[in-house]
Amino acid sequence: MILVTVGMQLGFDRLIKSMDEIALSLDMPVIAQTGIGEFKPVNMEAHDRIAPDKFEALVKQSQLIVSHAGIGTVLTAQRFQKPILLVPRRADLGEHRNDHQLATASNLHGRPGILVAMDEAVLHERIIEGLAMEIAPSVRSESSQRLHQSIAQFIDTGRL
Amino acid sequence: MLLRTALERYDTHFATTDGDIAVQHGIKGASLLPDCNQNRPFRSAWCGMVALWLVLRLRPDVVISTGAAPGFFCILAGRLIGAKTLWIDSVANGEKLSMCGRLSMTFAHECLTQWEHLASEPKPAYRGAVL
Repeated sequence: MILVTVGMQLGFDRLIKSMDEIALSLDMPVIAQTGIGEFKPVNMEAHDRIAPDKFEALVKQSQLIVSHAGIGTVLTAQRFQKPILLVPRRADLGEHRNDHQLATASNLHGRPGILVAMDEAVLHERIIEGLAMEIAPSVRSESSQRLHQSIAQFIDTGRL
Repeated sequence: MLLRTALERYDTHFATTDGDIAVQHGIKGASLLPDCNQNRPFRSAWCGMVALWLVLRLRPDVVISTGAAPGFFCILAGRLIGAKTLWIDSVANGEKLSMCGRLSMTFAHECLTQWEHLASEPKPAYRGAVL
């Protein structure tokens, strides 16, 4: 199953519409949390909002998460070791107040388990990549290891 | 919670505003702090007192907070008892440091951002991120 989420606060019809089209050609179910968008999907199961505990259960069952570039979802995906494909919201299309999601997406691009589709034209091929992606359990990124070491050093010496 | 493994070899006590999260991650005996923010002054004052009481009671050598206001109060209380204090700004703050993060540059011994482009001299420092 592929889980699509654009958070609960804002709609993101561009992503939901593209996913609805792509869902037709995928041989697996797609479940979407659509937020308060206007577009009503026909090829995938859609909910305006999914309660956090249900959402977590769906994450566990999913093979891939397709999401707006929200840090919360990225952390959830990492917690359950699921690959995540990020599609950043764009301010010029009225999808958010500013372009911080573009910044987030380019910052996270290339980290283990994270894929980015800067626009919907490449969404389908990234999904195929994401579905083929294996995340080795308990692999901690270099950046995370560094943070852990730094914290331990602070505890031991009082310096970072 | 994502930083727990860094703390495994120390005697650690967790405080959270959401007991369910602690339970979900298999942590027993976590202390509860009332949730608060700058828009709720009375609740913030209450939270500050609960945090102070907790820190006075436990006398930790080190106080580490990942946010938000309740954690910041623990840092302040930590300073009062002479603990080493570290603020780790949430990875969610990729555009600018949180308000408590900015305050922590003054009040905590060390302050970390999880975004390299937000780091500056002398604080906040960047030493990696949970991602």
